[in-house]
Amino acid sequence: MSDHEHDDDFSALPHHEPRMSDIDPRAAKRAERQVALLFTGAMLCGIAFIVAFAAVPVEKLVWVPLIGDTQLSNLLLGLFMGLGFFLVGGGAIHWAKKLMPEQEVISERHDTGAPAEARQATFKELERGVNESGVRRRPLILATLVGALALMSVAPLVLIADLGPKPGTKLRYTMWRKGMRILVAETGQPIRPQDLLVGSLVSGVPDGIDAVLEAEGNLNELAKAPVILVRMDPTDIKAQQGTDWDFQGILCFSKICTHVGCPISLYEQQTHHLLCPCHQSTFDLADGGQVIFGPAARELPQLAITVDTDGYLVAQGDFAQPVGPSFWERG
Amino acid sequence: MTPLLARRRHPLATAALLLVALMAVGGLYAAVSGGRAQAAPQSASTTQIDLGRKLYSEGCSSCHGLNAEGGQQPDGTISGPSLIGVGAAAVDFQVGTGRMPLQANGPQAAPNLPSYTPDEISALAAYVASLGPGPSIPDTGTYDPKDADVVLGGQLFRSNCGACHNFAGSGGALTFGKRAPAIVNTTPRHIYEAMITGPANMPIFPDGTLRPADKRAIIAYVETLKNAPNPGGLDLGRVGPVTEGLLFWVVGIGALVVAAVWIGAKAR
Amino acid sequence: MSDNKVLDVTEGAYDWVDDRVPASNFLKRNLNKVFPEHWSFMLGEIALYSFIVLLLTGTFLTLFFKPVMTEIVYHGSYLPLNGVRMSEAFASTLDISFDVRGGLLMRQIHHWAALFFVGAISVHLLRVFFTGAFRKPREMNWLIGVGLLTLGLLEGFAGYSLPDDLLSGTGLRIADGIVLSIPVVGTYAQFLIFGGQFPGDIFISRLYTVHILLVPGIILALITAHLMMVWYQKHTQFPGAGRTNDNVVGYPLFPIYTAKAGGFFFVVFGVCTLLSALVQINPIWMYGPYVPDQLTAGSQPDWYIGWLEGALRMTPNIETDLFGHTISWNILLPALVLPGIIFTLMALYPWIERWATPGDNGPHNLLDRPRNAPTRTAIGVMSLTFYILLWIEGGNDIIASKFDISVNAMTWFMRVACIVLPPIAFITTKRICFGLQRRDRDKLLHGYESGVIKRLPSGEYYEQHQPISYEERALLSARDDKEPYVLPVATDANGVRQKGLAHKRVRAKLSGWFYGDSVPKPTPAEIAEAGHHEEELTAARQADIESTRAKVLAPSPSDET
Repeated sequence: MSDHEHDDDFSALPHHEPRMSDIDPRAAKRAERQVALLFTGAMLCGIAFIVAFAAVPVEKLVWVPLIGDTQLSNLLLGLFMGLGFFLVGGGAIHWAKKLMPEQEVISERHDTGAPAEARQATFKELERGVNESGVRRRPLILATLVGALALMSVAPLVLIADLGPKPGTKLRYTMWRKGMRILVAETGQPIRPQDLLVGSLVSGVPDGIDAVLEAEGNLNELAKAPVILVRMDPTDIKAQQGTDWDFQGILCFSKICTHVGCPISLYEQQTHHLLCPCHQSTFDLADGGQVIFGPAARELPQLAITVDTDGYLVAQGDFAQPVGPSFWERG
Repeated sequence: MTPLLARRRHPLATAALLLVALMAVGGLYAAVSGGRAQAAPQSASTTQIDLGRKLYSEGCSSCHGLNAEGGQQPDGTISGPSLIGVGAAAVDFQVGTGRMPLQANGPQAAPNLPSYTPDEISALAAYVASLGPGPSIPDTGTYDPKDADVVLGGQLFRSNCGACHNFAGSGGALTFGKRAPAIVNTTPRHIYEAMITGPANMPIFPDGTLRPADKRAIIAYVETLKNAPNPGGLDLGRVGPVTEGLLFWVVGIGALVVAAVWIGAKAR
Repeated sequence: MSDNKVLDVTEGAYDWVDDRVPASNFLKRNLNKVFPEHWSFMLGEIALYSFIVLLLTGTFLTLFFKPVMTEIVYHGSYLPLNGVRMSEAFASTLDISFDVRGGLLMRQIHHWAALFFVGAISVHLLRVFFTGAFRKPREMNWLIGVGLLTLGLLEGFAGYSLPDDLLSGTGLRIADGIVLSIPVVGTYAQFLIFGGQFPGDIFISRLYTVHILLVPGIILALITAHLMMVWYQKHTQFPGAGRTNDNVVGYPLFPIYTAKAGGFFFVVFGVCTLLSALVQINPIWMYGPYVPDQLTAGSQPDWYIGWLEGALRMTPNIETDLFGHTISWNILLPALVLPGIIFTLMALYPWIERWATPGDNGPHNLLDRPRNAPTRTAIGVMSLTFYILLWIEGGNDIIASKFDISVNAMTWFMRVACIVLPPIAFITTKRICFGLQRRDRDKLLHGYESGVIKRLPSGEYYEQHQPISYEERALLSARDDKEPYVLPVATDANGVRQKGLAHKRVRAKLSGWFYGDSVPKPTPAEIAEAGHHEEELTAARQADIESTRAKVLAPSPSDET
């Protein structure tokens, strides 16, 4: 029971219960040994870490239950370092809790904020400085000073203009041209109509894209030009984005989602829906690529295709609208 | 009075009688029905097709129609599509992975333990193949990923498969409750068959665009995924930052809050 | 003897320094600085220590990472990617993971510590909010904190995008799409940021500069200012016995606080490291290098961006055409407007609450128990509910796939829930706070229910109450009740019209909403009265027992015969 049971003024600190290590010297000695043990453990972990670093090659795998095959070096270095740090911390905390005096101490706060006279005195000093500078009597100096500082701070900002070129019309067009063959992505083989069956899906790229990527030294065209080809029964096609843009039930659409640009190839062959896994925009490829669910606002652009004289699928030209995410000037 | 008769009013007498009766009837039935447990393996494919037809009519015709022409409910909804022309590969896949016979209604059939033995599945496949030309069951040489190019397989996997099945084959969501299942534990033959038959809403990847060598490469990559080491530790399902974040909140912050409470708690 | 030598050397060094800079004064004032103790005060420390871990492990990583987008052919230890073309950034990350001893460990500690950094800031922010520690004189520290949170999000996003893997590259593509949607300047901004079209050939290098130089520099400066203010203003404390608004009760800096705080640093580092030994994070080798025409199912950002991802997923597809110019509300609203509003409201909150609290001019060094600020607590829970719903929606396809739910149904549910559930959470929280306040009031008036039920001879059941301890009484009584702002009369007795009445009316409404309904603290008179009442009841019960005992023990007329 506290000594302040009937106090109405709560200014007395709570009742302090001494610890075992305060009363019993053996408990204190025991705590001391425990802290030393924790620190010693940390030392051993440190040595073990060095040994593991030297002795375990980085490619060695070890089988651990629940994890499977894992990198032995990572496991050992991590366990020793983690345990070592933990023991250092634990030792310090145990030391503080058991052995350091833990009487609560009261300290007075001092009002942040100088007393009124001090503030006024400081403010008077500021005023004196302003007066001595003369700006009050010479407003021309002040005005031109402000103008100079403003302009000189803003002027260097124009340096960001060369961070990149102007967009121009680059976002409107891709590299697709009339007669360009569609190649299977990753393998590069051209595609004949008979290679596709009803319900099939293939990711495609324009013929020549490798050369373009090599020449430009970047993957920009790969963020705009990829397409998907799907084949469905011609009677299932409800609408297209242009007359005869398909070839015998084979439809070609941009692979780039019109929401924020993820490449889509989740095609559900029975429903003819194309799902983008990023934000679940869903397009009905049998209905002109219209959006039927999700945050995408525009249909997936369709690429008009036909077959060239050798029997391979080719584009009839570039897309009729910009591919990918919307932008201000898109129209 | 015989010892048996003396016990006729024993509490367990009824139970014993029931047990005897059940065993008698069951044994009689087994003797008479002539055990199809040892469906004789098939040398002649006509016996196989006959067996398949029989199995089909018992287990599949109620949904897929008596002649596999497809089945319809009275209100017009399709209970089972036509199997004419789906090919042996489709049957081997669907029945071999336990998707068929359909155990429960839902957005799509779920994989399960197979309900038929391998021989029975071969019989069913042979029967369906006899109905019309379709993809046949690939032979070992076609699907065995031994010596296939794992690196190419990885690139093709990430290009064609990862978008639905996830980068490690852990599966993903499709629309309206459908899913692309985890494929890490699917057998090579079934993976091949899935690619050529396009089960449920999975598209078909015909040999014209994804050549057999490419398919083998993909299968080889999936096999490496199955046994892939986790160099950094527990893999949390291989679905990415979602499970990492979950573990962080539960274990990471949890552990540190526990530590903070320990630090602040009064020592005894 | 050696002890003395050590002390002598230390004293010598100390003298050397003090001859040159005023160390003495500083140390004298601060070695005994008092810090109050509560586990929830250590949450901010977790953030600080995580930042130190990030700096240390990050420096190690910079010695090996190549922030270059130029493609090379990989021929390192990870065989499934042997011969594959990839950026040098991705290849160097593979090298760190598979060819540098301890490299994978450092990568994983760095990533886990990043999760801890933002997570700790978040829980610290919640603690500061729910206890009202943002009030005067700590408003500037609150602003710095909001700034640190925003920078933490940016830094984390930049960091995990550096390896140029498929998952983070997808995130960059989404960020690019968001920039494009900005009206008027979107395309120019995108070309400036990426040096051309997406992905360009320089963005990873620029992100590197932002990630290792610019943002850490600002964070370091803000942390320094943040800690200096905590130092000079002294930490707040919970009310209780011995604690007032004008003192700090706790333990001195040296040696106790040093040991505990220093120890906690090692505990935080240790937990990060143990996690990195046992749990894999960001296995970029499995994702593969970033190629703009590839994608994995279940693409999510790290957890702290999840709420924005969820917002992007659930926003309906609204886009309008303005004379041939497209405004993509479906992207602007969730990705730019929503965080803008949220961070602005968060930043301004101390001033909003201050405006609703009339006469609140003094410093607040004592914290509020959340139940004693019901409206603030309810606002906090409501905001958290909204945040968590958005966060869950960000993982909707993983949840749908694992729990066999339709992802479309989940999105529809969330669209409705994020409007309907937060107000319900607000009302529920407020009611819970009132309930807790009532219980506190009952405890002050009647003591706590001991669970011992007694029955009187007359048949009445009553529960014995035990008086609460001094410490608990101190805590429960320390409440700072506010009265709502009273609207001045429109025209006073002399016919002078009140200025700015519309402004004041809004203030009165807000203030009434904040403080209008509450369970009042029992006044000393009420406590005294309750005490008397208790005494009377006890006396009456005792009398009942006595009289019955007397009746039972009294000899009855029939006994004697």
